[in-house]
Formats: sequence, C-alpha cells, structure tokens
Amino acid sequence: MTVGASIGKKKERGKAALRAGTEKRSWKQDWKKNYQLYLFLIPAVVSVFIFSYLPMYGIQIAFKDFKPVRGILGSEWVGMKWFERFFSSFQFTEILGNTLLLSVLLLICSFPVPILFALIVNQYREGRFRRVLQTVSYAPHFISTVVMVGMVVLFLSPSAGLYGTLMRMFGLEAENILGEASMFRPIYILSDIWQHTGWDSIIYLAALSSISQDLYDAAKVDGAGRWKRMWYIEIPALRETAMILLILRLGGIMSMGFEKAYLLQNNLNLAASEIIATYVYKIGLTGTPQYSYSAAIGVFNSVINVFLLLTFNKLSKKMSGAGLW
Amino acid sequence: MRVKLSNLPLYVLGVFLLLIVAYPLYFIVIASVSDPGMVLNGEVWLFPKKLNLTGYEELFKVDRIWVGYRNTIFYAIAGTAISMLVTVPAAYATSIRSLKIRRPVMLYFMFTMFFNGGLIPTYLIISQKLHMDNSIWVMIIPFCLNVYNMIIMRTFFESSLPQELWEAAQLDGCSHAYYLVRVVMPLSKAVLSVIVLYYVVGKWNEYFMALIYIRDDSLVPLQIVLRDILIQNEALSGAEMGAAGMEASKKANLIKYASIVVATLPMMILYPFLQKYFEKGVMIGAVKG
Repeated sequence: MTVGASIGKKKERGKAALRAGTEKRSWKQDWKKNYQLYLFLIPAVVSVFIFSYLPMYGIQIAFKDFKPVRGILGSEWVGMKWFERFFSSFQFTEILGNTLLLSVLLLICSFPVPILFALIVNQYREGRFRRVLQTVSYAPHFISTVVMVGMVVLFLSPSAGLYGTLMRMFGLEAENILGEASMFRPIYILSDIWQHTGWDSIIYLAALSSISQDLYDAAKVDGAGRWKRMWYIEIPALRETAMILLILRLGGIMSMGFEKAYLLQNNLNLAASEIIATYVYKIGLTGTPQYSYSAAIGVFNSVINVFLLLTFNKLSKKMSGAGLW
Repeated sequence: MRVKLSNLPLYVLGVFLLLIVAYPLYFIVIASVSDPGMVLNGEVWLFPKKLNLTGYEELFKVDRIWVGYRNTIFYAIAGTAISMLVTVPAAYATSIRSLKIRRPVMLYFMFTMFFNGGLIPTYLIISQKLHMDNSIWVMIIPFCLNVYNMIIMRTFFESSLPQELWEAAQLDGCSHAYYLVRVVMPLSKAVLSVIVLYYVVGKWNEYFMALIYIRDDSLVPLQIVLRDILIQNEALSGAEMGAAGMEASKKANLIKYASIVVATLPMMILYPFLQKYFEKGVMIGAVKG
C-alpha cells in the first residue's frame, strides 16, 4: 500500500499541476486565489508552533543551567555537563536497560499478535459470530490507562483478586506479584496485548479484505487447503503493512508510554519499572525540580529515537523496498 | 449460521478468544453488583450473587468522582469542539493540490510527529511562559491538533471528493469556505464522526496533562480521581476507613468495581455505533501523508 507511494505521489502532483496550471503561479497569485485556505491553516499552524515548536526552542536548557528567574535565554551555558552527569550516574545503566528491555520485549511479544488475530478472524465467514468477535475485541482499546492499571491491580491482588482466588483454588500461596520486579514486564506486556490486539488487527483485516476472491478461487482449484491459502496468499498480503507498522513501532521504541509504567510502578518493583520517561518526570517535576538535568535526559532519549527511526527506515528500504519516506 | 464439522476447532478457538477478551470486562460488571464478601471468597464467577447496589450508592456519595465526571464531560466536549475547529479547516486546506504552501506546511506538521521538545521544555512553555497551568485551558487548548487525525481526514477529502466537484462549484462562484461547509462536510460524515470519536476518547481518557498541570481539586478530570480510588486506594476518607476495618476494605473494593463501570460505560456505549467506520479510518490513516 505504501511501496512507491512517493513516486506515485510525484506523478500525481505533476498531473494535478498540469491540469491546474499551478507550476508557474506565483505566491502572490496563489494568495489571491487561495487566501481562504491560508486562513484555514492559521489556527493549526499557530497552535502547533506554540505547543510543539516553542518547546523545541526550549531544548537549549539541556545545555544550560536553567534558573526560572533568569529565563531560558538568560541562563548560563554549561555545555554537556548534564549529559555527563547522567552517563556517569549509578542509575544510568539500569534505567537505560529497563527502557530498552521493556520496549524491545513489548515489541517482540505484541507485534505478531494482531497479525495472528486478523488471520484467525479472517477465517470466519461474514456473519454474526465474526462481527461479535470483532466488536468485543475492540472494547479494551477504549479503556483508559488508569482503568486498565486499576483492573490489573484489582485482579492481581493476592487477597481479593481473581488471581488470589485461582491460586487458593489450587491450594497455592498467592504472592504479591505486583510488588515483584521480575513480574513487572510480563504484567505490562500481557495487559498491553489484551488491550490492543483487537484494535491493532483492524488494519490487517482491511488488508486481508482487499485480497481478490479470484486468488482464493484459483487456490481452491489447485487444491490448496486453509493452511496453504494462509501461507501463500494471506501472509504475503500482510507483509508490506506489517513492515511499515514495524518501522513506525521501532521508531517510537524509546517513546513508549509514560503513563502505564508510572501507574504500575511501586517502591517494590522499581528495579524493573523505572524507565527514562518516568525518571525524567520524577527528576524534573517532583520534589525539587531539576529542569536542566531532566531536559538533558529527555534530549538523550529523543536522539536515540530519531537515530533508530532513520536507521530502521533505511534498513527496511534496502531489504524490502518499503519505507516511510 | 451453519457450522461445518471440520470448522468446529476454528469456532472453539473463536469462542476461546472471545472469552479471553470479554470475561475480565464481564467480571468487573458482575463484581460491581455482587456481595463483596462473596467476590472476595471467589464465589462469583458467572452470575452476580446476592445482588446489591451499595457500591454504586457509596460511589454516589464520593463527591470527587462527580466533580471529576462533570469536568471530564466539559473537557471532552469543549476540547473536541476546539480540536475539530482547528483540524477540519487545516485538513481541507492541505487536501487542495494546487495550494502552493501545501508541501512545506505538511512537513511542518509531520515533523512534530517524530520529534518534540520533550517534557520539561513543554512544561516550562505552558506553565511559565503561557501561565496556562492549573486552569481549564490547559485541558482543552494544548495539542488540539492531532496531526495523525488531520492526515486521516485530509486523505479522506482527497480520495473521496472528485476534483470536478470543486471545479463545478467554483464556476458557480462558490468560495472555499462555503464549499467546505455546504459540500465537503456533509459528504464526509463518516470520517468526521470517526475523528470526533478519536478526540472524545482521547480527552475522556486523558491523564498525563492533568497529572502535570492541574493542582486544583475542583479542576481535576475523572481519570485523576480514578487513579486515587483504584491505584492509590483512596476510596474512602480516613475516618470511614478507620471505623469499620475489614468491612470498609470490602466496601472499597466494591466501589472500585463500580467506579470502573461508571467511568468506562460512556465509551463502551459510544464506540459500537461508529464501528463500521473504523476500518476505513484506520486504513486511510495507514496511507502516509
């Protein structure tokens, strides 16, 4: 769906330009003809400028010793001081490791699940069962992170939760697994899979529904059963979509949600649950705020992120021809 | 529906998957109307036992949750309205191919999808430069344009409205504004309702902004109150807690189940109505801008 889209777009643009004769129109003429469109853009451009671009300008405080009274511009430059402090801090390896481990494990475990789910759903004929399965599978997506974590806490409570009850049924001792660092990642990942599989499968189902019936008919004539059809028709049809989504996920690997990790965090599981996002929040906005230090850690995170996005996009283009741009 | 015998394993699998997704949700509902003691002892599995509504009654007495509810409804409506007012015109303008500024302005928007200033610089701008913190504005104005939603809408406009329509309207002396309101929007109800849903759900579930910017108890949205009840165990005031001990903790659990139902119900009712549009919305969104 996206391979060669940029080429296609260029062609299209060329055609549109020919038709409308825009190639030669000057800015003045464009304004005259389209001034309303420029006005339409103003609210969006202004709000993005204020809330997205102005903060980018504020990134410089990562290289300064920011004092609120002196303002962003008036504060003193300190070079890489905060970065050095973070790299040499005793928590650096643990936090970076936690962040990478959680996001990589989450990606590996959760990425294939919607694909499998879509393949399964696609096996049912259009009808009530399929519709119900789809509708119900979307439901968890509409639950907020707070409620999701609240449910996890309720269910996993050793005394009152479903988990405790189940353990007692088998005569086992229910432990407080929410307070165990080693259980933080499994809980995070499994609940994420439960919450988002249905929703994330929509795009794969759409890709599957665009497979032409002829292909299926031909396969049936050739005697291909369900498994063969899945392997030779359906899975190849999903490959490109999956690739694009994978790059997008990889690009966002370090910007994985703050909310859920923060809400699932407690003093007992901190060894696994402290990730860069939660650390930045704690350092920067709680206790005595250390704005500059916290901003520097945020910058470090963004830089890794952008680097990963560019790398994986290039890699994917080389390997499969599919890329984001 | 006729099920062939060879398809039986498939349907068994389907029912199993259905249960995995639905049971936790179902359990919350039945636990919220059952006797808390029986829930605690694991006697409630399939149906509510000793039907009782004390959870909901107690919840009604927790003022904070209703303040939060009221605030969240306001934030969701006002925030969505502002977001749509910003998103629709921008999506329309960027869908016009002959607009000269189209490409630079798209790059300007899309750059923010991959790079941002980060928590602290954003916080400093919003609270120390704009002084928006701890006000209703911080919950509805910042980030009112979701670039992803705008791209979905723009792509829909591009792909479903023929160029000829605009050309004909133009010949009749129709301006962009008039065309957008009288022609484009009525023809785009599907995508508009999906984007409204995305914004409403986003605002309804918003937690982060409130955590960082809202300090006043009268301004907090539902999600903050829920966090206090569900995760930080503040269902009951200290006095009530101390008074009854075990009974109070049972009651607290009941309130937790009830609050999940009350907070999530609106979204659960809303989304199935728009489900038929999801596929289209998600699919369009996947085609890059």
